Amino acid sequence: MSGSTRRPSGRARYTWRKLTNAGMLSLTGLAAFLAVVPLVWIVVYVASQGARFLSVDFFTKLPTPVGVPGGGIANALAGTAILVGIAGAVSIPIGVLTAFYVTDKPSTPLGLAVRFGTDVLSGVPSIVVGIFAYTVVVLPMKRFSALSGGLALAVIMLPTVIRATEEMLRLVPNDLREASLALGAPEWKTSLAVMLPAALNGVITGVMLGVARVAGETAPLLFTSFGNPFWSTRLDQPMAALPHTLFTYAISPYKDWHAKAWATALVLMALVLSLNIVARAWTMLRQARLRG
Amino acid sequence: MIGQAIHLGGLASALRGPEQSFDPADDSVKMRVADLNVYYRSFRALADLSVEVPERRITAFIGPSGCGKSTLLRTLNRMNDLVPGSRVEGRVTLDGGDIYGPGVDVVDVRRRVGMVFQRPNAFPKSTFDNVAYGPRLYGVRGRELEALVEGSLRRAALWDEVKDKLHRSALALSGGQQQRLCIARALAVEPEVILMDEPCSALDPIATLKIEDLMRQLAQDYTIVIVTHNMQQAARVSDYTAFLMVDEERTGRLIEYGTTQQIYTTPRDRRTEDYITGRFG
Amino acid sequence: MAVTIQAHRLVRSGWAGALARRMEHGDILFRWLLVAVAGGVLLLVAAVGYELWINSALPRAQFGVGFLSTTTWDPVVREFGALPFILGTLITSLLALVLAIPVSLGIAIFLSELAPPWLSTLLGFLVELLAAVPSVVYGLWGLFVFVPIVVRPVAEALNQTLGFTALFAGPVFGPSRLAASLILAIMILPTISAVSRDVFRAVPNSQREAALALGATEWEMISQVLVPYGLSGILGAVILGLGRALGETMAVTMVIGNNLDLTPSLLHPGYTMASIIANEFTEATYDLYLQSLIEIGLVLFVGTLLLNLIARFLVWQVARRVPQEVRA
Repeated sequence: MSGSTRRPSGRARYTWRKLTNAGMLSLTGLAAFLAVVPLVWIVVYVASQGARFLSVDFFTKLPTPVGVPGGGIANALAGTAILVGIAGAVSIPIGVLTAFYVTDKPSTPLGLAVRFGTDVLSGVPSIVVGIFAYTVVVLPMKRFSALSGGLALAVIMLPTVIRATEEMLRLVPNDLREASLALGAPEWKTSLAVMLPAALNGVITGVMLGVARVAGETAPLLFTSFGNPFWSTRLDQPMAALPHTLFTYAISPYKDWHAKAWATALVLMALVLSLNIVARAWTMLRQARLRG
Repeated sequence: MIGQAIHLGGLASALRGPEQSFDPADDSVKMRVADLNVYYRSFRALADLSVEVPERRITAFIGPSGCGKSTLLRTLNRMNDLVPGSRVEGRVTLDGGDIYGPGVDVVDVRRRVGMVFQRPNAFPKSTFDNVAYGPRLYGVRGRELEALVEGSLRRAALWDEVKDKLHRSALALSGGQQQRLCIARALAVEPEVILMDEPCSALDPIATLKIEDLMRQLAQDYTIVIVTHNMQQAARVSDYTAFLMVDEERTGRLIEYGTTQQIYTTPRDRRTEDYITGRFG
Repeated sequence: MAVTIQAHRLVRSGWAGALARRMEHGDILFRWLLVAVAGGVLLLVAAVGYELWINSALPRAQFGVGFLSTTTWDPVVREFGALPFILGTLITSLLALVLAIPVSLGIAIFLSELAPPWLSTLLGFLVELLAAVPSVVYGLWGLFVFVPIVVRPVAEALNQTLGFTALFAGPVFGPSRLAASLILAIMILPTISAVSRDVFRAVPNSQREAALALGATEWEMISQVLVPYGLSGILGAVILGLGRALGETMAVTMVIGNNLDLTPSLLHPGYTMASIIANEFTEATYDLYLQSLIEIGLVLFVGTLLLNLIARFLVWQVARRVPQEVRA
């Protein structure tokens, strides 16, 4: 009965199969390890190089000209805060409301089109978004401005907010909504006072991830907010930003500016990574609690 | 009492022939389970279970839902290993060798002890490729492979129905056909034992009967173990029966084991009798 | 109870009642607001395409489709062609894909099939963090660490052994297409592996069991049953990764050398669509120049749009595919 599978080469083939199995499975483990190496390397390197230049001054002073020691990135910190603030102020309300619509009526022509549009938007390269903001804000205003930079970031952040809110709203059990409506509460009140709070955790983590992404974007700012070596909080003037300053320092030919680049990178990474870690950890906790 | 006797009698007549057509003393044991305890983390799923699977006979595991019959079946080809946190104590032997012993090759055990599942799980490949999957792992190619595939499909009583569409998707076959395909697929690696986990529960009555006929035919060459919640099926088809139940801690235990004839006509344990006559379960 | 509610309802008659009723009509307002906002988002997408289109009118009129096939990019003589950048983008992105796919699949397989749950969560988390690192930081690290320490020696070695081929011809530079491809590969790893992992998780367990019960080894089950089953989803993941790579700007700009070099060697510096826009946009002193750059942006927009659509369609396909219901 076992004739045809017990061929003379049977033993050898069998060993080969086992060896291949062990080999390939180990390779996958190696791949996973390999993936983590760059992350660790970057984090450690940025931390070690950047820490050298960190000081209170770094956070509070303005950039100094080449060759002059000291100086800091105070304007970039403020700039990033303002730009991200504009981006959030625009994208969060619009994103949340759009998500409400899409969750409520996902199969209407408009609903389908908007979901499609969100997908498209999320795939647009950030530099192309920068071009858009340039043509729409910078050209008419005839100057670079924080406003245009903020707008570009808003467009980039929008799909993230929409998607996060949509996912969270879908998880809210329908009975909650029906209970509110059955009590005679109007639709808008139900949405804002019942459904949104239920989805709020998830929306906040989604927003955090969106902010993290947008805080690190450089390309769209290159020709919108343009960067500014001086202190400015005006929306109609060019504005500095952390990643932009990093870029300027990094590609310069000056060694002391390279050092500042590492320090700026450290600050930026700290911001972005902590937002990411908190948001994801919070999400995992929430999901674990749901599973009981 | 009288009603019970009539009921038992009815079942007895469902058996093949008025008397058992074989003598259990002549049967050799293909697989033996001794003092088996199965744990999922701290939960004990099966306790102190000992049963025999005679060679070239059909052994049925019956019992109410959740009594552990599928768990028991899966210890026979170590599919339980796939469940995280599972632990086995005791011995499960195949031709005398403990399949849970140190250094035992699981892959080989699974080739020798094949399995057919509750729902047909054909691969999304052609009928031919489904059956050929196993032999190809062993390097069987060309003419030899074609012959092996045809032979397996014949033995699974499916050849005539698929011989003209061997290279079309297996998912286009009906449910009953897909299940026979899964049987053919299992046969293609030339196992010694075939385990069937409620193989007909997803099928209509006609398809079911075809599979039952097939089982009896296969029993001439293979040792078969089936799990079924359908008592009539077990009575029709099997030579030996093991009846399991859970205790208060939801741990499965063997209540009675014997020839099907004996279990259905003269059950020794009160609980067996209750189950057979439909008092519960 | 009824008395209390009745009392309240009575209060709502009269002018107070009219106001309250007006607020309930807030529902209609709310509905319209939602529609307006959602419609606005749709308009935004269209607007992006529209602005790119009308602001590239000059070069489109002047060069037509030839813009895409001309290799001259000379602002001085006012002749613009996008081919070097299109090629540069394609080469670096495709090479990045070739490098990233096996590693990403390996990660996805390891995390979904082999690793114990705690390790799977931890490693999965770390791989996702890779995606969170800003592009400009990748560029910084690439420029000062990765390129000198890893890429350069690798490039030298490739040049020593395969330098006779056009692809690895010297001289060897630090910043190069190879460097850009390597960094891109690292950056798209998380995308491809995360989606692939989801694809594997969607494959029904019954398929795995069927293969293992036949005596297949774990690798045989993975490579011959799991991966084929999820193939269209994996393809979708790959295309999503490609889309990301095409549009990546900062990291690429910082390590590719930004040179109009047209020799095919991977070890030479190059240029991509995104990086030329980044480098020259603020230098474009006259309209044709600026609009030519915008037209490159348009090409990027259309390209990534198409890729995203194909990718999402493929991923959706796997989620839909269930072995046909068992018919009688």
